[in-house]
Amino acid sequence: MIDCIDLYKAFGSKKVLQGVDLHINRGESMVIIGGSGTGKSVLIKHMIGLLQPDAGRVLVDGIEVGAQDEDGLNELRKKFGMLFQGAALFDSLTVWENVGFGLIEHTKLDNTAIMKRVRECLEMVGMKDVEYLMPSELSGGMKKRVGLARAIAMNPEIILFDEPTTGLDPVMADVINDLIIKTTRALKVTSVTITHDMVSANRIADRIAMLYEGKIVAIGTPDEIMFNQTNPAVKEFVEIGRIIRQTEAVKGRHIGMQ
Amino acid sequence: MIASFLVRRVESLGGFAISTVKSIGSMGIFITQTLKWMVRRPFRFHAAVEQMMEVGVNSFPVVFFTAMFTGMVLALQSFTGFKRFGAESMVGTVVALSMTRELGPVLTALVVTGRAGSSMTASLGTMRVTEQIDALYTLAANPIKHLVVPRVVAGTIMMPLLTIVADFVGIMGGFTVGVLLLSANPVLYLDKTWEFMEYNDIFSGLLKSMVFGFIISIVGCYEGFYTEGGAEGVGSATTRSVVLGFMLIFIANYILTALLFSNSPAGTH
Repeated sequence: MIDCIDLYKAFGSKKVLQGVDLHINRGESMVIIGGSGTGKSVLIKHMIGLLQPDAGRVLVDGIEVGAQDEDGLNELRKKFGMLFQGAALFDSLTVWENVGFGLIEHTKLDNTAIMKRVRECLEMVGMKDVEYLMPSELSGGMKKRVGLARAIAMNPEIILFDEPTTGLDPVMADVINDLIIKTTRALKVTSVTITHDMVSANRIADRIAMLYEGKIVAIGTPDEIMFNQTNPAVKEFVEIGRIIRQTEAVKGRHIGMQ
Repeated sequence: MIASFLVRRVESLGGFAISTVKSIGSMGIFITQTLKWMVRRPFRFHAAVEQMMEVGVNSFPVVFFTAMFTGMVLALQSFTGFKRFGAESMVGTVVALSMTRELGPVLTALVVTGRAGSSMTASLGTMRVTEQIDALYTLAANPIKHLVVPRVVAGTIMMPLLTIVADFVGIMGGFTVGVLLLSANPVLYLDKTWEFMEYNDIFSGLLKSMVFGFIISIVGCYEGFYTEGGAEGVGSATTRSVVLGFMLIFIANYILTALLFSNSPAGTH
């Protein structure tokens, strides 16, 4: 579905991506992990054409993102939904105008039909009666949910999640993780999540890829990433994830004994 | 040692030159994009009207006060000066000509830069650092069309309107001081106000103010659009936008004045 082929990107003298190769299958949930400032955000911004690579190509459904003109890029972007780190809701618009933005902009639906779809999407993320609130009246977790509702409103094939749990308390982070799993499965979309939160990565990933020094240094199922690593950088990073896995395994055994 | 010092000097000079050329280039592209989207359908009247309210309503009180006191002080100053050669009767003329040709447009432009231009930078800058501008791209919507065009249209239309207000208020301020304080004859004062005024004085002033409005909003949007570095970045972008706006207004003012009033004796050579 998405192919990154030998991507290079530098900002000034700072080399961020140095030959990233990544293939994401249709319908899978790919989680890209890596420390802060390793270029995870830069990588997904290439997928949706917010950034252009210095060298290499990104293919979405076989279409090269970098080769599109503005109209082509817009067509391509309609396949995507994206949830930003801070939700990036439009301050000056109400919740329903935010969620319905794509529909208002790109379809000829009337307001009643748009409102119906907006309510549907809000319901899917577990929100009700917030249509007329402004984003400034929402808490961090609620903003993320509305952001997710906006991302799914146009029935995308691919959803990109930029640090979905960053800045949330553990309980709310868990709620958002569940929501991501639920919505991506219900809508049968391909999802790409970037995070440094191993708990979250563990829960939502079909496959995990680790970005380190501008390259993908490891890729595999969560189990493979947690337990079969020889690369010290990966080992160090997934330590916490491994502990969680083991605790859960112990808990499972404990429950099994009762 | 000296060589390396020199090399560093030359390097920093070169760096400055490159960054200047770069920003002129990117500003040029930004303006082209804005003009392109301005004529593309669908027009977003609603957004433009909203911005016009924003620019007009926000700036009105400040423009009003600035113009009123400028007109008043102008009457006072010219009266004291003109009395020395017995030309007190020309106070109304001086106030009217200076307001319409020069002070109305320029002072309004400076006030609007401080009030509306800076707020454009702050709001677009905030949208940039909170990724709202990226979000527009991902929703297949063009941020120039959605955010910049309405603001530039609003700035270009509202500046002349605010300038008309400033011209009128300034002349009335001068009139008030002239009649109440300097005991001028009200009828005579107004007579002198209109006597030497030509349409060209007013229209050239309004034309100038339109250009200023375009400059203010383009600079305000440009600085906001390319804000970097979080909340701190928004602050410094806003400062930059006001400083750059001021400088460009003064430069444009000279060029436009030279072009518009070139039928004056100095220009006939």
